[in-house]
Amino acid sequence: METNTQELNSVQNARKRMISLLAKATRQELETELLTLDATPSHDVVRGPETGLVMVRGKIGGGGAPFNLGEATVSRATIQLASGEVGHGQVLGTDGRKALLAALFDALGQEERHASSVAAFVDRVEARISNEDRKRAEQTAATRVDFFTMVRGDD
Amino acid sequence: MYVAVKGGEAAIANAHRLLADRRRGDRSLPAISIDQIVAQLGLAVDRVMAEASLYDRALAALAVRQARGDMIEAIFILRAYRTTLPRFGSSVPVDTAVMQIERRVSATYKDLPGGQLLGPTFDYTHRLLDPSLLSDEEIDGPLEKEPLSEPLIRVLDILAGEGLIEEDGDLPQDHIPGDLTREPLEFPLERDLRLQALARGDEGFLLSLAYSTQRGYARTHPFVGEVRIGEVEVELDLPELGFAVSLGRIQVTECQMVNQFKGSAKSPPQFTRGYGLVFGQSERKAMAMSLVDRALRAEEFGEDIVAPAQDEEFVISHSDNVQATGFVEHLKLPHYVDFQAELDLVRRMRAEYDKKQAAPELREAAE
Repeated sequence: METNTQELNSVQNARKRMISLLAKATRQELETELLTLDATPSHDVVRGPETGLVMVRGKIGGGGAPFNLGEATVSRATIQLASGEVGHGQVLGTDGRKALLAALFDALGQEERHASSVAAFVDRVEARISNEDRKRAEQTAATRVDFFTMVRGDD
Repeated sequence: MYVAVKGGEAAIANAHRLLADRRRGDRSLPAISIDQIVAQLGLAVDRVMAEASLYDRALAALAVRQARGDMIEAIFILRAYRTTLPRFGSSVPVDTAVMQIERRVSATYKDLPGGQLLGPTFDYTHRLLDPSLLSDEEIDGPLEKEPLSEPLIRVLDILAGEGLIEEDGDLPQDHIPGDLTREPLEFPLERDLRLQALARGDEGFLLSLAYSTQRGYARTHPFVGEVRIGEVEVELDLPELGFAVSLGRIQVTECQMVNQFKGSAKSPPQFTRGYGLVFGQSERKAMAMSLVDRALRAEEFGEDIVAPAQDEEFVISHSDNVQATGFVEHLKLPHYVDFQAELDLVRRMRAEYDKKQAAPELREAAE
C-alpha cells in the first residue's frame, strides 16, 4: 500500500495512466485497435492469461482503517515483445483475452515505434469514458432536488 | 434393524434432468440471456454479488439463471465458484469520497454542497403495479441537466469540521485487516472483520435486526447522514512496477449513519456513527448494515448489551445465508440411521412406561 502514496516520477505516472486506461478499454476497442497494426507484433506470453481474485478493500467510515469488503474477479497476463519490452495487463472480469490485449498494448506503448499510436488510443479511450461519465452525471443532475420555500400566510 | 445402503444415482440424475427442463420452462418462449439478466434484473444480480462476496455481474447473472431466480441458491453457487480461483492480492482501499456518483441523498442537511441527487430510485413511486410493463412499450430516455460545479463533499465532513462527530474509525497502524475467508472467526471481533461479515451478510437478516434497533431493542437514534451510490476505482499494487494501477471500476453503495451522542469526562459529547458499504446498488442493505454496525459497537461505547442486534456472536454467527441454508437444509438429507436410533430409543422408553402402567393391575390380579 506504501507504493500508492509515494511520489511517482513522470514516466511512472504516464505508465500508470496508460495501464489504467487499457484496463477500462472494452474488449471491442482493444480488438479494433489490434487490427490497425500491420501485424500482431511477435511476443512471448510470460504469464497467463489467468483469472483469479482480488480482495477489494474499503475503509471504515469511508476514510478510516481498511477492511475487506469482498472479492472481484480479475484476469491478468504478462507478455514480452521480441524487442524486449514487458507489458502487464490486469482487468476486472474473467476475460483472459482482454487481459492479454491490454498487456500487449502496455508493452507496445513503451516501444518507440508504437508509442504514439498507443498514446492516441488510450486518449480515445479516456475521451470515451469521460463522455460517458459526463452523460451519466448530467442524467443524475436532472434528478437534483430544487427546494423552494412555501409562502407562509402569517405576515 | 437398518442396514446401510447406497443408491439413488439414477433418481438423482433424472431429477437434475427434470430440473434443467423446468428451469428452461416453456420452450415456445425465448430463453433469457445473461445480458438480459444483467441489464434488466440488475438489482437481483447486485444482491447475489454482495452476498456471495464476489463482484462479477456476468457470473452473478449466470448464477441467478442457473438457480431459477432463487437468490440464496445463486449466492451459494457463486460462493462455491470463488473458492476455485487463486487470489492475486488485495486492492488499495477504494476511495468513496471521489465516487462517480449516480445517487446521493442526506436526511440531515437539506442544502448541502452538490445537492440532493435522487438518481434511479424507487423512493416516491406509488408502488402501484404498472400495467405498461406488461408489454414492451417504448421508454423515454432520461433527461439531462448541467451538473453543479461544486464537489460532492462527504456530508459527515460538515459535522467533522465542527468536531461534533467521531472520526472515521481507526485501528492500530500495524493492524492487518482480518479476513474471514482465511481465518476462522474468533470472538470478540475487531470492527474490520465485523464489517466484512456484515457486507456479505443476508440482507433480510440484517434488515430485521436493523428494524429491531429502531423498535427499541438497542435504540441508537439514527439519521442517514448520507447514502451515495456510484462507481469507484479498484487499484492493485503491481510489485513488478512498484506502483498501483486501476483494474477498472465497480459500483458500490455507501451509507453513513449518524447516531446519538456519546461523551465522557475525557471527550466532549459528539455524534457516533455506523457504516455500511455494499457491492452494487443496494441501499436497503447498506442502511441495515450501518445500523447493525453501530449496534454492535455497544461495548466500545460502554452501552448495556440487552438486545440481539448488540450481540456480536449471535449476529455475526447467523448473518451468513450460505452457512444458514446449509445447516437448515441439510435436515432434509437422509438421516435414516440417526432416526432409527431415536426410534429405537423411544420404543424402549415407551415399553418401560407401558410396563410401569400395567404393573399395578398385575399386582391386583395376583391378590
